[in-house]
Amino acid sequence: MSQTEINHGDGNAQNIRNPASAGNAIEVRDLRRRFGRQQVLDGVTLDFPAGQITTIVGPSGSGKTVLLKHINLLLRPDSGTIVIDSVEVTKLGATGLDAVREKFGMLFQAGALFDSMSIFDNVAFPLVEKTRLTRAEIAEHVHETLNAVGLQGMEAKFPSEMSGGMQKRAALARALVRRPKILMLDEPTTGLDPSRTGAIHELIRRTQENFHLTAVMVSHDVPAVFQVSDRVAFLHNGRTHLNGTVAQVMAADDDVFKRFLAGKASGEENETALAG
Amino acid sequence: MSIVEMIERLGALVIDDVAQLGAFVLFLVGAAFYVFVPPFKPRLWIRQIRIIGADSLFLIILIGGFTGMVLGLQGYNTLRRFGSDGALGTVVALVLVRELGPVLAALMIAARAGSAMAAELGSMQSTEQIDALTVMAINPVQYLVSPRMLAGVISFPLLTSVFDVVGIFGGYMVGVGLMGAPSGAYFNGIAANMDGHDIMTGIYKALVFGVVVTWVCCYKGYHAERMATGVSRATTEAVVLSSALILAFDYFLTSILL
Repeated sequence: MSQTEINHGDGNAQNIRNPASAGNAIEVRDLRRRFGRQQVLDGVTLDFPAGQITTIVGPSGSGKTVLLKHINLLLRPDSGTIVIDSVEVTKLGATGLDAVREKFGMLFQAGALFDSMSIFDNVAFPLVEKTRLTRAEIAEHVHETLNAVGLQGMEAKFPSEMSGGMQKRAALARALVRRPKILMLDEPTTGLDPSRTGAIHELIRRTQENFHLTAVMVSHDVPAVFQVSDRVAFLHNGRTHLNGTVAQVMAADDDVFKRFLAGKASGEENETALAG
Repeated sequence: MSIVEMIERLGALVIDDVAQLGAFVLFLVGAAFYVFVPPFKPRLWIRQIRIIGADSLFLIILIGGFTGMVLGLQGYNTLRRFGSDGALGTVVALVLVRELGPVLAALMIAARAGSAMAAELGSMQSTEQIDALTVMAINPVQYLVSPRMLAGVISFPLLTSVFDVVGIFGGYMVGVGLMGAPSGAYFNGIAANMDGHDIMTGIYKALVFGVVVTWVCCYKGYHAERMATGVSRATTEAVVLSSALILAFDYFLTSILL
């Protein structure tokens, strides 16, 4: 049975490999990043096991989205390392980064669909720009992927003609169309009502199983998101405070995490918030 | 605030401004570089030429026509005082081709297509569409900015030429048709007194303005702040800065090319 360690605020939790996993798809070691005078990431260390959904949670300002932007190579850290599929990426040049990005699919918080393109063109876009597939082959891939996310028949619609939930599905289809190894999701259920939230969570789980993905998800939707997660990483003050399976994290005797779950800010958090 | 803190703030401001200026120039260098680097996307170039060029044609014809008409009117009234109304064609043509054509055409295109460019890229920035391109391993500068810059270099001289031709005929309509300037002298004067250097002066200016407008408007949109006022601020700054740089570059180019 795998274990987890708990950090009570004096350092980073150590990641214990889950014997059941096939190794780590992503390894983050002592990641630090400052914006102006604010130390947003203060030595984050985390593993993301291959073939599992790891959800990053934490209070606002804890560095969740900044961490995700480092993993998807939109930001470079001040120090620390990130290993993705056995490649250390923090010192790579543009060509090297692009080669690593070929393994990603990303669902942005608001979808980031291209407004001037139809759903078909949006989903086909990565195939058109990055592959040499014929138009017929691209169409087949697009239809198959849209079916997988429940958007069959929506190819001709434009993003502005669709609901928020449908836009998220379309954006997920675009992220999946090249069959990535790693899927990243930035708050996939933000702005959706509870019924659509459940549907998106179910879709993420089903997609991860069907496509055999490693998924890294940032979410505020606690505790609902734990139902679709294999592992949880709780960030606090720019560090990994808790890390382990859902059951282990939920059972952890940790006041900071319990207060987070209960929706109360600690004194430390209040001071942080006031200090900006 | 202590003197040390004041100096610190001033220093930080200067460093920030220099860094922004550097980023501004590097943006131009990058966008120009990627025009010549594969993969080449002719459909993107054609789309932007249509948006910047073809869609601006009616506006250019309208403004060019009225500009020529005003020149014909003012030119005739001024030249008649000196008994030189036969030089109307020469004056209208030279003023349009060397100066008003490239400058006014560039200002109109900056207001129309430049603002649209800044707004579109700013909107894409604020909705993470540019980040989406990056994560898909597509260079956003190469995909979004370089086609616009190339389209500007192609469209600006063509639109300026249309502006000049329409303006010359506008001047003829008013100066000759309405005011009674000598008809034959109008076009004969142009043929006799305008040479290739005059025409190329206008073309060179249009080329430079094409780069300046697309560079400024794309930069402002690409770096728009991700907030409610970010896109509007970027659009306004793009048009204002483009217009100011058009006039500034016009002076420098005129001083070199005269």
